[in-house]
Amino acid sequence: MRRSEPRWPGVGDTPALLRARKLVKVYRADGVEVEALRGVDLELAIGEFVAIMGPSGSGKSTLLHVLGGLAPATSGEIWLRGQRVDGLSTAGWAILRRRHIGFVFQFFNLLSNMTVADNVELPALLAGANPRQARRRREELLAELGIADKAGAAPARLSGGEQQRVALARALANEPSLLLADEPTGNLDSSNTRDVLRLLRRVHAGGQAILMVTHDARVASLADRVINLFDGMVADDAAIVPIPRGLNGVRDVLELRG
Amino acid sequence: MRQPLLALLAKEPAHGYELKLALEQTFGQAYPSPNIGQIYVTLKRLEQDGLVCSQDVEQTTRPNKRVYELTSAGREALRAWVEEPSDGPRIRDEFFIKLILAPMAGLADRIALMNAQRRHYLSLMRKLTDLQADADRADAPARLLIEGAVLHLQADLDWLERCQEELV
Repeated sequence: MRRSEPRWPGVGDTPALLRARKLVKVYRADGVEVEALRGVDLELAIGEFVAIMGPSGSGKSTLLHVLGGLAPATSGEIWLRGQRVDGLSTAGWAILRRRHIGFVFQFFNLLSNMTVADNVELPALLAGANPRQARRRREELLAELGIADKAGAAPARLSGGEQQRVALARALANEPSLLLADEPTGNLDSSNTRDVLRLLRRVHAGGQAILMVTHDARVASLADRVINLFDGMVADDAAIVPIPRGLNGVRDVLELRG
Repeated sequence: MRQPLLALLAKEPAHGYELKLALEQTFGQAYPSPNIGQIYVTLKRLEQDGLVCSQDVEQTTRPNKRVYELTSAGREALRAWVEEPSDGPRIRDEFFIKLILAPMAGLADRIALMNAQRRHYLSLMRKLTDLQADADRADAPARLLIEGAVLHLQADLDWLERCQEELV
């Protein structure tokens, strides 16, 4: 691969896990064309955590869906693990996702007619794991996420926070190198948001890359880097620079009156 | 700084350093640690205004310390402060003034200003989430102070996004 691509702070010399070049997505409805993505360049290193922010309608979810193969790009390139994938068929994408990409959505998207356990085991079974392996992995994940006792329940019986944990377990079942998350805390109260955040932190620490669309700045602030998408283009792409020890920066925010 | 000191003195007389410690202990590490010099200056002004009075207390091994006490005028001022609702949103936001005026003067472009401001807010948010993770669950004042700052900062970011939508 050529080394002349643009470089971003925080990426350094770590090899790219995901790379998008000049990504364009045009939706056509009733003879009207809407350009949702207008030439997006993006790079995600192995194990990197990147948040995507921006106003609604700026193309954030579209970008995530295109990168995960849930919607085809109109033009541009997508590379995953050094392999060009934008030309894959629907079936090709399905196989790629099963092996390498986990998805988490705002509204959980769990299969309502299956138990929690089956929801989490399904991706492993589809990827060719034997039932015993799938079951062991499911037990590990549910225990780690603190919902082992919900294995036999129907998703609808769980709270939003619990459903999102199940969705996270399902996304992680095949140990994907890339986790794509679309507003994963958008539908959760603040204590459930904190729990999901803690889990994402752990996932990140475990070496999985995360690309996450979010409006929640608490969530975004945990990322290595934040991309601001505006009007289908990257308006900003920068590492979060930690404020050095001491509280000077926070003083601006926390100044008590009087 | 005036009213917090009056409020602490309403509980019991204290000297300057005790007031500094009390503020730190009550609000936790998220609260900007008050400068001891600033506390002494404020106490002196409060005394000039008749809101506190003080007397030297002799100490055997160290220099005398000055102990401050609330006067009845001080108690009245404190009551007025407590009863009055506090200011709401910050309409005079410095960044916003910059965002509007700097491009008009050709000093900067709005996208660059917004990007720099957003990066700064996110760094602050990182700091706050770290503080939040460290905060003692049982220490409600410190925890709520941080949560309030988080919510304000989220609102600032949302507002920045609105500015981006309308002005770019």
